[in-house]
Amino acid sequence: MIPTDEAGIVAAIQHAAGPLAIQGHGSKLAMLRPVQAAATLSTAGLTGVTLYSPNELVISARAGTTIAELRTVVAKNGQHLIAEPPELGALLGSDQPGTIGGAVATNLSGPRRVAWGAMRDHVMGLRAVNGRGEILRAGGRVLKNVTGLDVCKLLSGSHGTLAVITEVTLKVLPAPERRATLVLKGQHPAEAVAALSAALGSPYAVSGAAWLPGNLAALVPSLGGLGGNVTLARLEDFAPSVAYRSERLRAELAEFGAVEMLDDAASAALWTDIGNVSPLVHAPGAIWKISVRPSQGAGIVDAMQAIGATCMLDWGGGLVWVSGPATAAAHHAVEAATSAAGGVWTVMRAPDPWRSAVAVIPPGPPAMAAIGARVKAAFDPRGILNPGRMVAGA
Amino acid sequence: MIEQPEPLHGVLARRDSIVAGLRRLLPESGVIAEPLRLKPYETDGLSAYRQTPMAVVLPETTEQVAAIMAFCSSGGVRVVPRGAGTSLSGGALPMEDAVVLGLMRMNRILDIDYADRCAVVQAGVTNIGITQAVSARQFFYAPDPSSQLACMIGGNVNMNSGGAHCLRYGVTANNLLGLKIVTVDGQIVDIGGAHLDAAGLDWLGLLTGSEGQLAIVTEVTVRILRSPEGARAMLAAFKSNEIAGACVDSIISSGIIPVALEFMDRPAIHACEAFAHAGYPLDAEAMLIIEVEGSVAEQDDLLGRISAICARHDPISLKVAESAEQSAAIWKGRKGAFGAVGRISPDYLCMDGTIPTSQLPAVLRRIGEMSASYGLQVANIFHAGDGNLHPLIMFDANDPSSFHKAEAFGADILKLCVEVGGCLTGEHGVGVEKRDLMGVQFTEIELDQQRRLKSAFDPGWLLNANKVFPLTAALRAA
Ligand SMILES: Cc1cc2nc3c(=O)[nH]c(=O)nc-3n(C[C@H](O)[C@H](O)[C@H](O)COP(=O)(O)OP(=O)(O)OC[C@H]3O[C@@H](n4cnc5c(N)ncnc54)[C@H](O)[C@@H]3O)c2cc1C
Repeated sequence: MIPTDEAGIVAAIQHAAGPLAIQGHGSKLAMLRPVQAAATLSTAGLTGVTLYSPNELVISARAGTTIAELRTVVAKNGQHLIAEPPELGALLGSDQPGTIGGAVATNLSGPRRVAWGAMRDHVMGLRAVNGRGEILRAGGRVLKNVTGLDVCKLLSGSHGTLAVITEVTLKVLPAPERRATLVLKGQHPAEAVAALSAALGSPYAVSGAAWLPGNLAALVPSLGGLGGNVTLARLEDFAPSVAYRSERLRAELAEFGAVEMLDDAASAALWTDIGNVSPLVHAPGAIWKISVRPSQGAGIVDAMQAIGATCMLDWGGGLVWVSGPATAAAHHAVEAATSAAGGVWTVMRAPDPWRSAVAVIPPGPPAMAAIGARVKAAFDPRGILNPGRMVAGA
Repeated sequence: MIEQPEPLHGVLARRDSIVAGLRRLLPESGVIAEPLRLKPYETDGLSAYRQTPMAVVLPETTEQVAAIMAFCSSGGVRVVPRGAGTSLSGGALPMEDAVVLGLMRMNRILDIDYADRCAVVQAGVTNIGITQAVSARQFFYAPDPSSQLACMIGGNVNMNSGGAHCLRYGVTANNLLGLKIVTVDGQIVDIGGAHLDAAGLDWLGLLTGSEGQLAIVTEVTVRILRSPEGARAMLAAFKSNEIAGACVDSIISSGIIPVALEFMDRPAIHACEAFAHAGYPLDAEAMLIIEVEGSVAEQDDLLGRISAICARHDPISLKVAESAEQSAAIWKGRKGAFGAVGRISPDYLCMDGTIPTSQLPAVLRRIGEMSASYGLQVANIFHAGDGNLHPLIMFDANDPSSFHKAEAFGADILKLCVEVGGCLTGEHGVGVEKRDLMGVQFTEIELDQQRRLKSAFDPGWLLNANKVFPLTAALRAA
């Protein structure tokens, strides 16, 4: 079903005879667990910007509006989507564009997340339909709002298991006038994370902090064939600030090695590729995303190398993208390394039977599992919205 | 006055055994039940409301909190969590049949990690205490409510507090990584950690701003940030609210997001100037305080751009600070605003709605009309970049009719905020103060959804049950 308005979503849910698989264009179907449902309910028919007030820094759009369209609309006013929601279709084996509803429902953010917050941090308001077929508004269209329980945050990242998001209102900000990237070469992950920590702990407002091994760096055109491992720090601001801060940061990072610079155009392309995880698009096998204390990122990379997996780091080491064989052994290695480091994993791409069988995210504390089941029932008492998407049987 | 739920008479009847039970869980000094010593806990920052609780407990460890919660929930005893008690919405107002659970003795900083840019602190650490603990290394904790000397991080988390700099750095929710909580039945749970994103539902996001409705927070992992090289303020005064509002629009549309952008109307300017002698222009109808960050050259660049924009809006005066001292002088009046208004009128209500910023001139006009018709003075302070309005309504507490008029005036302002597309509260929370206005912003279906969410955490409605949600028939009767 692809209703063209919210009333159609309400009707579809009210009349559903059984479970519904909830999606936008389906660009992220490969992540988490496959949903077993006889019918699919898509928000792809709900499109269009419903409010854009650049001076108030807000934009609202129906859930099926593509991220690309939204990005174009705000760019015309010199603004950008703060969390840089990535386009992960290619990585996840889909030729479909991501929708803004999907970006919020999965709370997936790009490189700027390390400095400027996640997708969910900029969701000012939502409209959604719960599993009872009731329309809910959460938040609003203003930048500060603490009225009632924060249903916006709960629904962001709930992967369509509590309600179907029909419209989102986001905070936007002026896009930077200029970007630049500082590049350190030949670093091992631990050295890279130390350098990125220094960069992120500097007063220069670094807004991207990543590391690529040489084999992946070679796949990124904007790196222009820089050989070997690369450690990358981005600056974004008015041009005079970027010029000044680049020099200061270069000096501060000198103890870690010689710093090369990438210009505005190369930086724009580079960080889009990092956000979209482009270097791993053609890697065979499974893909995991690991969120961890930054200083633990390097240890995860080492542990993954031991099982023949390839990694890249973002968020100063706090986000590890892992590409490895789609085997139970590899998954258990991910679980073990991540748990030991106190972080969380998410299975992003794997064959269907396999991802039905493993814990695609960590189980979480038992007390929260019980509360989580009651929360699910509070929104979706019949258990019809994306059942089993995150956890088997829930 | 806002109605309170009927106390649980069965609980009141067991008062002595409940207090004795609590004494078995805590050291001698950790349980207060003597009427005189309960006094300091009977109100919070909304001092028009007072209620002595049944008892106060002051645990020192998470395990003690867990024991208290297990004890209270098994006995069906209501609990009101409390930090510093600075809530302006009556969020920490006790109930007659409730145990107040004060977190102020849990005031230790447990870990600071500069490489990973985070700190783990107990819920009773003050907001400023975090920044002070990391300032020697030029780090800071970003959300900076004006009450930061007193208010505690556990209270900040539960109110999702903001501050003057949240246009740049976000509110509390945007600066947290993890929590240690105790559930209503006494289980200790770690939420999040030192990593950025959760897998699974965003419990951290839901618990933030939950006003003590869902769980007790005992530890908080916050993000700490490196301080900017420097910061400097400027002051711009205008002939009308409309012109000042248009100037704010022009600044934002030029692509500059100052770290702070504060708006004061004529009564606020006069009150603050009389109090702080900050050199504010008394002939102005509206004034902006604008702060930027960076190196001195970056500050000069940004302040130069902003001054040029202000100059196009026919300003009465423009003053750019040349030094940290001059910056502090500009901020002095604004920071003392509550004290300043308190000098004109010992009693005032601080309202806290948010409006779309484009509505500012119209809303200030309507507030002016209401002020005339209620016969009560009002001064407006406004976080102009994000639309968070703080009208300070002055009244005379010795005259009950004056207080009732002030409450009605405040409710009218908040209804107006919702009517123009905003909300009831931008940072102070619903508490008891705005509880009965929730129906103005939410449908009954939406409120019931939120109530079911509370029930999922707190099936017996024992936590802070007199706040946030309009009383149901069940709570009224108890
Ligand atoms: C002069 C003044 C200026 C202010 N300025 C600002 C401002 O600029 N910005 C702003 O946002 N607010 C401001 N406030 C409001 C207030 O300071 C904030 O709401 C603050 O976060 C409250 O912290 P507290 O420790 O005093 O909490 P309390 O007032 O004790 O409690 C606040 C709420 O949180 C709950 N709670 C407290 N601790 C816990 C815990 N550990 N676990 C579970 N629940 C808990 C309480 O039940 C209550 O509902 C101001 C208040 C005053 C008096």
